[in-house]
Amino acid sequence: MTEREHHEYDVIIIGAGGAGMRAAVEAKQRGLKVALITKSLLGKAHTVMAEGGAAAAMGNVYKEDNWKVHFRDTMRGGKMLNNWRMAQLHAQESPDRIYELEEWGALFDRTKDGKIQQRDFGGHLYARLAHVGDRTGLELIRTMQQRIVSLDVDVYMECKVIRLLTNDDGSVAGAVAYWRPTGEFVTFSAKAVVLATGGVGKSWKFTSNSWESTGDGHAMALWAGAELQEMECIQFHPTGMVWPLSVRGILVTEGVRGDGGVLRNSEGKRFMFDYVADMFRAETAESEDEADRWYDDHSAGRRPPELLPRDEVARSINSEVKAGRGSPHGGVYLDIASRRSAEFIRRRLPSMYHQFMELAGVDITREPMEIGPTCHYIMGGVRVDAETAASCVPGLYAAGEASAGMHGSNRLGGNSLSDLLVFGRRAGMAASDYAESKASVSINEAQVSDYIAEALAPLERENGENPYAIQHDLQELMQANVGIIRKEDELVEALEHLEVLKERVKNVSATGGVSYNPGWNLATDLPSMITVSICAAQGALNRRESRGGQTREDFPKADPELGKINFVQRQTQGAGYLNPISVSPEPLAEMPDELKVLFEEAK
Amino acid sequence: MSDITMRVWRGDQNGGAFENYVMPKVEGEVILDVIHRIQATTAPDLAVRWNCKAGKCGSCSAEINGKPRLLCMTRVDQLPEGEPVTVTPMRTFPVIRDLATDVSFNFEMARKVPAFNPIPKPEEGYRMQQIDVERGQEFRKCIECFMCQDVCHVIRDHEENKPKYAGPRFFIRYAELEMHPLDTNDRRELVREKMGLGMCNITKCCTEVCPEHIKITDNAIIPLKERVVDADFDPVAWLGRKILRRTKRTSEEAAVQPD
Amino acid sequence: MTTVENSATRVDNSKTPVVLGGTRGGPDQPTLRTDRWWLAPVITVAILSSFVVYATWAAFVNKDYYAGASMHRDLISPFYSPCLTQGCITSGASIGGHVLSWWTISPALLILIFPLGFRMTCYYYRRAYYRSFWWAPPACSVSDAHKSYSGESKFPLIMQNVHRYFFYFGLIFNVLLTYDAIMAFREPGRGLGWGVSVGTLVLIVNAVLLWCYSLSCHACRHLCGGQVRSFSKHPIRAKLWKFVTPLNAKHMQFAWVSLFFVAFTDIYVRLVASGTITDFRLF
Repeated sequence: MTEREHHEYDVIIIGAGGAGMRAAVEAKQRGLKVALITKSLLGKAHTVMAEGGAAAAMGNVYKEDNWKVHFRDTMRGGKMLNNWRMAQLHAQESPDRIYELEEWGALFDRTKDGKIQQRDFGGHLYARLAHVGDRTGLELIRTMQQRIVSLDVDVYMECKVIRLLTNDDGSVAGAVAYWRPTGEFVTFSAKAVVLATGGVGKSWKFTSNSWESTGDGHAMALWAGAELQEMECIQFHPTGMVWPLSVRGILVTEGVRGDGGVLRNSEGKRFMFDYVADMFRAETAESEDEADRWYDDHSAGRRPPELLPRDEVARSINSEVKAGRGSPHGGVYLDIASRRSAEFIRRRLPSMYHQFMELAGVDITREPMEIGPTCHYIMGGVRVDAETAASCVPGLYAAGEASAGMHGSNRLGGNSLSDLLVFGRRAGMAASDYAESKASVSINEAQVSDYIAEALAPLERENGENPYAIQHDLQELMQANVGIIRKEDELVEALEHLEVLKERVKNVSATGGVSYNPGWNLATDLPSMITVSICAAQGALNRRESRGGQTREDFPKADPELGKINFVQRQTQGAGYLNPISVSPEPLAEMPDELKVLFEEAK
Repeated sequence: MSDITMRVWRGDQNGGAFENYVMPKVEGEVILDVIHRIQATTAPDLAVRWNCKAGKCGSCSAEINGKPRLLCMTRVDQLPEGEPVTVTPMRTFPVIRDLATDVSFNFEMARKVPAFNPIPKPEEGYRMQQIDVERGQEFRKCIECFMCQDVCHVIRDHEENKPKYAGPRFFIRYAELEMHPLDTNDRRELVREKMGLGMCNITKCCTEVCPEHIKITDNAIIPLKERVVDADFDPVAWLGRKILRRTKRTSEEAAVQPD
Repeated sequence: MTTVENSATRVDNSKTPVVLGGTRGGPDQPTLRTDRWWLAPVITVAILSSFVVYATWAAFVNKDYYAGASMHRDLISPFYSPCLTQGCITSGASIGGHVLSWWTISPALLILIFPLGFRMTCYYYRRAYYRSFWWAPPACSVSDAHKSYSGESKFPLIMQNVHRYFFYFGLIFNVLLTYDAIMAFREPGRGLGWGVSVGTLVLIVNAVLLWCYSLSCHACRHLCGGQVRSFSKHPIRAKLWKFVTPLNAKHMQFAWVSLFFVAFTDIYVRLVASGTITDFRLF
């Protein structure tokens, strides 16, 4: 065998989205040797898809806003399943993280007095989202990317990490990866590893996620001995495009509703007024008049029901379509054309305007959009310590969508971008602390050659199965059985089918060579896709209630007892793709009294 | 429905050739969908770079019928009916395989941009007016698809210019920084001497191909050229400096001229 | 590899050089475009060449550029304004007078340098003739016709940077032609001495279009306010900039229309002055 490329680092960060880049900045500023590894090009990560904004209680538009209100909104949006400490840290620190971006060159939209402008979003009591039109994620990623470049962080682009490497004591030792352009393998030894690999949405058929969202970080963490939780809590964004079929799932920003867009069924009715849950009744408008007054002055009326948290809206749309009041292509209408001027729409929502114009031939300044729920975000992920983002594997950290706890069972729009920054930084700090405390590490060659052999197997196997066929079957299965509404028998069936798919992956074969071969690349993604799918289905089966991103047709109500429990998944009988995953209920950390008071006051 | 013939260039550093794939047409599809169907059925190893498939990440840049386009934003029904669709990799960059090219040239040019260097932060935080951030915001819409770099003949047709030419993508970056209300650096010398601003002959192809509709030439490159004229080619300013024995104006001085 | 040095900021310390060479993808053909990309350059060449031919002839012909008192008019061709010779003096019409009595060939040759220079160095015309005459490149993603290329970074093309001085001279000419347009209301030796004819309107439209072309110029936009970092600190410049910016977006249209019209104005005055047609009086 020819000599393999090898690098030694203090901290490696896997994933170059917002969280990964923020972690890299933190570690690099500490003077450590840092590598940022991404399976795409730098600046292409899924963070660019975030549209609406980054939630931070800066109080630039409504002085009444502060971290306590933001904290309360976040916890209630997450149906109290959140790790309270994470939600608190997030609410307290996000304004500083946003201001920091400005020092690095970000250009947010401004208020009249020159402060950062903030916009309304679902579930947030006050206008709170710092934004740049409807391309806030792009602004965030570009700002971080330029910061990374100016700090001269080593970036490994189009380099896919396949497995984490561990020491005999179970602590993390590094990672093994391959370069997608050449197919050559490369190893990294690292004192600390930060996982910032994003989500899992590619296992579903209709998703706003890109090919990258294969749950690599979730799966690799599990295989390395870490724990996952809330894997059943998957957010279906209420407004994805539904037509043409080929663009089904592409996101339509919540900003459309924040800026005045309303949802109507085929009868033209604003149906959201019929779906206001008790928890939100006190603060939601009762009539269209009241709701319309609110847009201009939040004290003149209560919030429109279109701005309820995403899980509520997605479920309502689903019910309308099921009741036969959907649009021709199986969605409902999102109408801003009749409510705002064309000039306003083009200025506030430029990329939505272009997206519909170019992909669907729909002019959103004249016609309503057809939309429906799309798989968008996983609240679950690696179980981490709130302060440090540390997993139970020494030296392994997780931030962003790959980690769990922050968002509970349902994430509020705008909280992901600020989550990335707050916990990306914290993960970077803690990983640096850990790396500084450690002497050098070495990697286990036996592990490395096993993993490389495993990754190369599909290329050596002949007449095996087409990886695209397996991916297709997986997506169909997850969409049908572990979709927005779930049932006991369907979940059991899904788990049975997933076992079959797991076996089929063993027989997958890829044609062609190692250089930039998407078929082979997909074959190496399949194990993580199937692992996270199993976790999601298992979690959904165990959580016998409806809460946030978990909706059970057979258990339509939230169960107060289950609201105090996390379903934690781990591999107890040996770690690795083929080994079983166990699920165990574990109690949620209890909120201190001074925070509990906040929820009493609101009632 | 009828069929569509895809003429896809396949090859690598050792050369390549066109291969034809005939696929059934599907309503509303974009070219990237067709490529994906080719991958899933007949050519699993057909290399193409893509991510978001919604025109937001700028990964799937290639050339369709000879013109730089995002594969995910080009609808099949916009192309001439009944004619084969030619898909080739971006011409300006070395090919990795099939439609994927090595765009590291751009990341190297990004490293050469002197970083944003703001004025010290005042106690109450930075304040900026919307009118002052709007020019920069236009340039920050850039999704780094690098099609402007691809189409620019300065490097598309002249490999030897690459080391000394930043290209339209980075001219808008320089323009953004030069127009940033908080920045203190003066990058005009750099853009003229090392980044090849003078090589641009404003034929506007970059503006034509920009999927974000950024007015690259009118709003970034020409204003930069004029700023360079302020600094270097303005004979009156030059004479004034000689007579008054002053050094070149810094960008700060340039920015605070009386109305 | 190249390194970038800039005293104001950090020195480039990238470890890997710019990727040069390597085989490019796609077939080795000048272009794969199948549309009619050659149409625009052909039209540009045709129009610009016709204009140059006509303007050269009109500049050398040195007669019939002024319809004066004998016709109860005061119309001067823009090619020959300001009036520099005896040929156009009637009762003090155009300014300038016969300052250059020693100049014996056509005065247009002196005058046309400035508008020609303005248009030659104009950012829009540069795009047009670099594409159509110089083929660098003839159209987007069609390979350019040159072995080596340095663009406007070396002599002589580096001289394009003087565009703003031609802009200033252009403004002077706009003032003169505006004056001519006002003088075109005169009807010496008839009635009140004032009136409106088709010729008056032609000169007025010509002056307006030339103002539009000048004010929409990129150098003008820069000088008005484009050069400041902060508009909010320079409100007057911001207003000026906001005024010329929409004009600038139409610079190409103004460039063509004003070019046509200046030639048309010359033709019109020439036809009137030579007696071929009568300048119709409107009121």
